Amino acid sequence: MQSSRSELQDVFMKQKRKTRRKNFIKGIMFLLPSIILFSLFLFYPMIKTLYLSFFLTDMAGTPTVFVGLDNYIQLYTSDIFRKSFISTFLFVLYIVPTSIIIALFLAVLANEKLKGVGLFRTMYSSTMGISVAAGSIFWMYLFNPSMGLLNEALGVIGIDSIGWLTDPDWALIAISLTTIWMNIGFTFLILLGGLQSIDQSLYENANIEGAGYFRKLFQITVPMLSPTLFFVLVVTIINAFQTFGQIDILTKGGPQYETNLIVYSIYREAFVNRQFGPASAQAVVLFVIILIMTVVQFKFAERKVHYQ
Amino acid sequence: MTEKITMNNIVKRYDKEVTVLDDIDLTINEGEFFVMVGPSGSGKSTLLRMIAGLEDITDGVMKIDDNVINHLPPKKRNLSMVFQSYALYPHMTVRDNILFGLKARKVNKEEQQKRLHETAEMIGLSDYLDRKPRQLSGGQRQRVALARAIVSQAPICLMDEPLSNLDAKLRANMRIEIRRLQRQFGLTMVYVTHDQVEAMTMGDRIMVLDSGKIQQVGRPIDLYNEPANLFVASFIGSPKMNIGTVQKDIGSKKFIIEGELAVDVPDRVIESLKDIPNITVGIRAEHITPPEEGKEIHTLEVMNVENLGNETSIAFDVGKEIWTAKWPGQWDIKVGEALPVNISHEDFAYFDSDTTQLIRSSRSALKEGDEIDAVQQK
Repeated sequence: MQSSRSELQDVFMKQKRKTRRKNFIKGIMFLLPSIILFSLFLFYPMIKTLYLSFFLTDMAGTPTVFVGLDNYIQLYTSDIFRKSFISTFLFVLYIVPTSIIIALFLAVLANEKLKGVGLFRTMYSSTMGISVAAGSIFWMYLFNPSMGLLNEALGVIGIDSIGWLTDPDWALIAISLTTIWMNIGFTFLILLGGLQSIDQSLYENANIEGAGYFRKLFQITVPMLSPTLFFVLVVTIINAFQTFGQIDILTKGGPQYETNLIVYSIYREAFVNRQFGPASAQAVVLFVIILIMTVVQFKFAERKVHYQ
Repeated sequence: MTEKITMNNIVKRYDKEVTVLDDIDLTINEGEFFVMVGPSGSGKSTLLRMIAGLEDITDGVMKIDDNVINHLPPKKRNLSMVFQSYALYPHMTVRDNILFGLKARKVNKEEQQKRLHETAEMIGLSDYLDRKPRQLSGGQRQRVALARAIVSQAPICLMDEPLSNLDAKLRANMRIEIRRLQRQFGLTMVYVTHDQVEAMTMGDRIMVLDSGKIQQVGRPIDLYNEPANLFVASFIGSPKMNIGTVQKDIGSKKFIIEGELAVDVPDRVIESLKDIPNITVGIRAEHITPPEEGKEIHTLEVMNVENLGNETSIAFDVGKEIWTAKWPGQWDIKVGEALPVNISHEDFAYFDSDTTQLIRSSRSALKEGDEIDAVQQK
């Protein structure tokens, strides 16, 4: 009796293990395309970067000398990198709140039920369809010191010309302006989508109960939009840290390293100076910064976010 | 603090083409529980939203008391509304949801707290004030929406299908509760529903609406006994009134219903209907009764039997129509059986098939005097 029962149990366990293995293989098959793509283009480069950051390389990027943490220590003591670090944070600080506030303002406007509002929705979201290169060229003309529209406009109201892209005090602001303009399309579109998914009866009830415009805006719209705002915040911050195109086209990191944001700095170190080791170290630092920022946001900001 | 609502020739059109409501003339009295009922798409919710000020009025005059309110914004109409979705603010606690309107209207803090606690006490929400709506059950959310309407102390309360998201048992409880609150505060209640049971059980008066037109306005019992047309006859009452088209057989003084059921009809009825070429009759389920000696007996084929314990619902094939009868108690009836039943012409309501209007009502609608008169003539 006893032995036959345990035999039966054995058979059951075997069967169970077999199905579990089968399921596991099935699951892996479904994941395989993603696993291959991510490994090839994400995990492998990440690991390789981490590896390279401990070496010095030759011009072709082959590691030659193992230097341990030297590359990181160099970064820590480098004035140029510190400058680049500060510029990057300033840049994020300039563009993230400004982009979101302007886009929110436009989205609230474009969410009104008015005739011809479709035209404005298209207009406000149109920068999404403009490539970084085209947008940068467009702003290059606006910033042109002698014939640019911005300086001409300033001239009309009697203000001296500004060297938008050449004056160390203004270059970062000019880049920020360009980036804000580019960001607005995407941010606007996402926020408008968020606004439109808010249940209209919430506003109807508020109308009946006598709430005014600002009470509705701050007590209904903003809290109901908080998941969308949070998403936009995370994405905009990550994008800001990764800005590259407009700098390459407009300032090339200058003047006096003012706009040498981290990603641009990595590019210069790796592909201009051919210092793949130190460049990799910078990339790892950037990765860690973005990771920490994102984790912090999820930890703190998400608590204030209301999901349905 | 009660007020009445008057509507004169109210019209609602979308894009100058689609007419949703046509020529609505209506007075809702002070302190009345007024139910607007109709199938979906009949325009009942639109009319309610027009009273609230959430929809524009295309044409006509709407008044609260003697003030024209056509262009008054919702907040100045001094009314409250309960939405089908409840429209609770998901990021606010129950307390803040209830107080939202009072804060918006800048009611002083002490008064706010006093009203909050009175209302919460009365509605049974005192223990839930610090919860968020998502932590509440459907019934509790419904209560918060009710509390919000009551705490405003507005004399008029509008409700748009407030019970449609609740299960049957809870719905029955809430019907009673809403009715109690309405009486207690003497509210003028305008209540929209597609459920004729809610309409019958709650309303002081009912308006039946179909395709944007008023079909009938009246006390629930009058609508049941004397439906103004075939639409009301088939909409009010559960099960619906049994309907059949009539062929007149003047020679044998019989009306043949659906080509199958020949019912004796006295001369005076035939006389009174002689000008109407096409007639439809309607008879309530409770008037198809178990056979009794000395009454007119017909045999009908049983199509289905539902034994509900306290009553038995029997479905018959009558021509292309299905008729139902409700017999009190439990009956052992087989499907397919030819069942003898009493059907009397006196229980028929007669409708003009072409205009669908009621021509002659059944005896349950007649007043006592009329009935004696009818018997005497026999």
